[in-house]
Amino acid sequence: MELHKLTIHEAHELLKKKEISSEELTKALFERIKNVDDKVKAFITLDEERALLVSRNADKKGDFSHPLTGIPAAVKDNICTKDLKTTCSSKILANFVPPYDATVSSKLKTRDVVVLGKTNMDEFAMGSSTENSAFFATRNPWDLERVPGGSSGGSAAAVAADECIFAIGSDTGGSIRQPAGYCGVVGMKPTYGRVSRFGLVAYASSLDQIGPITKDVTDCAIVLNAIAGHDEMDSTSADIPVPDYTESLKPDVRGMKIGIPKEYMGEGIDAEIRDAVMEAARTFEKMGAFFEEISLPHTEYALWAYYIIAPAEASSNLARYDGIRYGVRAKEYDDLIDLYKKTRSEGFGAEVKRRIMLGTYALSSGYYDAYYLKAQKVRTLVKRDFDEAFKKYDFILVPTAPTVAFKIGENTDDPLKMYMNDVCTIPVNMAGLPGISLPCGFSGGMPIGLQLIGKPFDEPTILRAAYAFEQATDFHKNKPGIEVIE
Amino acid sequence: MRIAKETVEHVANLARLYLSEEEKAEMTEKLNSILDYMDKLNELDTSDVEPTAHVIPIKNVFREDVVQESLPLEKALENAPDRDGNFFRVPRIIEE
Repeated sequence: MELHKLTIHEAHELLKKKEISSEELTKALFERIKNVDDKVKAFITLDEERALLVSRNADKKGDFSHPLTGIPAAVKDNICTKDLKTTCSSKILANFVPPYDATVSSKLKTRDVVVLGKTNMDEFAMGSSTENSAFFATRNPWDLERVPGGSSGGSAAAVAADECIFAIGSDTGGSIRQPAGYCGVVGMKPTYGRVSRFGLVAYASSLDQIGPITKDVTDCAIVLNAIAGHDEMDSTSADIPVPDYTESLKPDVRGMKIGIPKEYMGEGIDAEIRDAVMEAARTFEKMGAFFEEISLPHTEYALWAYYIIAPAEASSNLARYDGIRYGVRAKEYDDLIDLYKKTRSEGFGAEVKRRIMLGTYALSSGYYDAYYLKAQKVRTLVKRDFDEAFKKYDFILVPTAPTVAFKIGENTDDPLKMYMNDVCTIPVNMAGLPGISLPCGFSGGMPIGLQLIGKPFDEPTILRAAYAFEQATDFHKNKPGIEVIE
Repeated sequence: MRIAKETVEHVANLARLYLSEEEKAEMTEKLNSILDYMDKLNELDTSDVEPTAHVIPIKNVFREDVVQESLPLEKALENAPDRDGNFFRVPRIIEE
């Protein structure tokens, strides 16, 4: 049996019946990582010794009643893990070892999840391809010449290449869903406030959300169960009860009303992707759902409002990297201001500097109303579009991204072109809604992502519909042809 | 061009960044092209629209003022790039 290929629920059954041990499973994954990660480059840091210790502990306790106990996972490198390096793929945090756990990390540890290591990402989660990592680019397991998407590209690639059973990512403008789509796996951005952000290195605080990247929809529900919930350490986490998301996993969409916004199905979207989404809509129809075209008129403005709001929040959040309390400090400096400037100029990469500059400009005296305030007002309009649509529809069906994964280096010279990759995912963050991406087809051998957008805190509906779609199709059963490299 | 090189230099100073001449030129060009796109937003009349800072209604969150465990001193200092005993060491900021 190829243990690394298992889903959470499959591995859990075997662990529960004591047919395999968590240690065996963990060793199988490190073996897999050794065989393929030279090519995929999903991980920045591996934590083998501690992982084996955790797995042996889980075996010793022998209580596998919780579906995540003893399951090996990968965590994006912007989520703090106590005593395990957390770099955000930035030189400025290259040596940062968090003295505490993010709430999500401690929730996983409580269940004896085996953290294999930390995954590569675009520096400070700013990017859509994982090429902005200060260390190296991660590659798409379906085609090593292509990007895995981003910013959670390491997490999505690790799941797709079976280098972990599941992974945790974060999503500010599509950073879970877009790489999940590009890598042919399942990724969910929960409703803003559903999962605690405590210990997630902040990019844009009003948009950031942590979520699961998994091999199927069932696993997504299992992971969401474990990480969702109110947290005193994050005052923006919602004090709303967490349902059992696995109860939503019923292949029944009869009577559901689906809206397909025409703004997401226009010329900017590849024809094969539009076709795949329409084919998916017909699959839902055959199962008893109803769909029609709708309009979300402010969609195209969402992208530009995002590229004011996110950099503005980032410029403020990243002010903390000053070389004083943690992180890397410049070697030589004349005075305090010189220390700050040298540290930050040497520590941040080009895209991070660009967004800090854009955000600082948008917030600076004289420009605040024209940019930041204007963008926040547009955000209201974007949200209203969705509010109106959800009066009539149960969920909204759109592509995850306008294209399939592009070639490494293809978009690095043109930030605007890179920003367009997030056009289908950004509005969801702007409105704080839950969105899930799952495979719905292939174009030129590369996976196509289907995105389901739900009402606030209505993860159950999109999980149920995604599960029904998955049961009715075979796309998720395809695996990239990456094999052991000699 | 809405942003001149001088503006880029001013903003870089606010953001505590040094930019090389090359970076300044590149930043001026790219920020201008990004900001040109931002003009799209002015097509929308938002005079009667309330801004959204947060999608969920946020209010102040209070808790009881009780003593809780905090990070041990050694743990809090272990990432310091430069320290002196129990202090973070920084360059002198007060004139002698």
